[in-house]
Amino acid sequence: MAVDPLLPGTSSVREDVNAGLGSRETKHLVRDQVFVALLLLLTSVGLIVLGALLIDTGLDGIPSISMDFLTSFPSAFPEKAGIESAIMGTLWLMGVVALVIIPLGIATALYLEEYADPSKWWNRVIEVNIQNLAAVPSIVYGILGLAYIVRGPLDLGRTVLAGGLTLSLVVLPVVIITAREAIRAVPPSIKEGALALGATQWQAIWRQILPSSIPGIATGVILSLSRAIGETAPLILVGAATFVAFNPTSLDSPFTALPLQIFSWISQPNEDFQALAAAAIVVLLVILILLNAVAIWLRNRYQRRW
Amino acid sequence: MSAYDPRSPSTLGAVTEPEQTPERQAGDPGVPGQVPPIPAGEPHAPAPAVVHHDVVDHAIEKPVFETEDLSVHYGGKPAVLDVTMKVPQKEITAFIGPSGCGKSTILRCFDRMNDLIPAASVGGRVLYHGIDLYAADVDAVQVRKRIGMVFQKPNPFPKAIYENIAFGPRVLGMKGNMDEIVETALRRASLWDDVKDRLKDNAFGMSGGQQQRLCIARALATNPDVLLMDEPCSALDPISTGRIEDLMHELKETVSIVIVTHNMQQAARVSDRTAFFIVDLSAGEENRIGRLVEYGPTDRIFTNPHDTRTEEYVSGKFG
Repeated sequence: MAVDPLLPGTSSVREDVNAGLGSRETKHLVRDQVFVALLLLLTSVGLIVLGALLIDTGLDGIPSISMDFLTSFPSAFPEKAGIESAIMGTLWLMGVVALVIIPLGIATALYLEEYADPSKWWNRVIEVNIQNLAAVPSIVYGILGLAYIVRGPLDLGRTVLAGGLTLSLVVLPVVIITAREAIRAVPPSIKEGALALGATQWQAIWRQILPSSIPGIATGVILSLSRAIGETAPLILVGAATFVAFNPTSLDSPFTALPLQIFSWISQPNEDFQALAAAAIVVLLVILILLNAVAIWLRNRYQRRW
Repeated sequence: MSAYDPRSPSTLGAVTEPEQTPERQAGDPGVPGQVPPIPAGEPHAPAPAVVHHDVVDHAIEKPVFETEDLSVHYGGKPAVLDVTMKVPQKEITAFIGPSGCGKSTILRCFDRMNDLIPAASVGGRVLYHGIDLYAADVDAVQVRKRIGMVFQKPNPFPKAIYENIAFGPRVLGMKGNMDEIVETALRRASLWDDVKDRLKDNAFGMSGGQQQRLCIARALATNPDVLLMDEPCSALDPISTGRIEDLMHELKETVSIVIVTHNMQQAARVSDRTAFFIVDLSAGEENRIGRLVEYGPTDRIFTNPHDTRTEEYVSGKFG
């Protein structure tokens, strides 16, 4: 056996490698392909399950979707029942959520990114808590909403405002986290440039940093809304009604929402109501896909490479 | 707040006659690529007479900046110590020296950009036309409104070219025709002919050299009397660099310029005066302290330096 003069003791390894140069196509390529096939299989398991669910729901639900379905109120008779009050309730809720989370989320993110001194313990407490709050189950927020918003200090009753505020609490941590990321993505040199021109910190933030981070913040807000739109548990706890035969007219109206309507119909024994639930799920999915599409479009359209 | 008095003892005290230079005997030239040793002293003690000011510099009438024992500490550790110098008006002053010698740190004291680093603390005094920039009643924002700054990497705002220039004047609340202000600033930065037809285009579409000249124009739009430039050409190609150097020669008719540069040839080409900084390792490898070694007319610094370390640096033996 030849001894490699440069690396004594490695000659056998070297010979293996040299021998392997010729046989690579047989042994290694097969292994590579098996691994890729395995990965594809595992990926497709998730996709197939999701696809089957969508197709099943679509087959059940799409025949029931009509203008009448979209413009009728719930009813004890399945052929007359519709989701107008649920859609309107959901829109009202989303309006409240948007009005609450946009200013609160951006303000908190700006404070934490631009003003908070991370060496102070209270700022670290805020930061850790926001991270943790994002992982708290939404039903816990429902209990909180029931205790402090519906009853307790705010005492708003089972109204659109109470439901919207509760949903805002659910998604606020996510809004704050995504807004912080969007603000952090603006390079410090932009802020330096503005400050060097004699801008105050507020002018630098308001005229340069915030406009540059708006697309990222908007994406985060839309994704948060699309999470809030599907939330059911907190709304059940704050006592949203499931049978509401009128649209909300103000912030203190009683209300229902799409996921609640679905939940209520699913629990009916009558098969026809099951089909209505499937139809409402399709409507909710379409709204969700539209919201997410807007978010993706915003991100791609305004994404900036610094 | 006192006006500069050329005979005041505090400034005269720092003058060291070129003939009395102890380092010259001490210095057999150091190993190339290494910082020559500095005579050992107690750490934190004043540097052992390392400053070789030219007497001429102390005769500068009405300096735009005057520092007295200016020191900067980061988190309690000294970064630059005991810089005493005068920066003349309507001239180009270059700061040169190896990495970590504190030249950028000193530059950033001149418009209080160090305030943005919470751990940084500034000692000594910086006088701007006789006004102490770090006095309790001086607002950093007001300082920066009078003193322009250009950074190492071009940092235009992600907006239209026009909006980039208009930002400063708007923030200042400048009165007058904004179109004229923008045009004047772009002309002064000799950028007007390049961009006059695309003022509404995003500044990110410009070349790196144009972006840097846009940043110069942006700084000039507020009519500062000083322009601080922190290695403005380090990210640019030689042709863009040449245009910016030409521009600096035109600008010095109206503006005082202080430029930090890694590039000795650039300092030699553009500057009227050169300050040479060094990294002092006498307090240990972890305590790198920047110090001003020699300051004087650029010709003399490059042809007849009084300090061996300056001589070795400008002749390319280290750094």
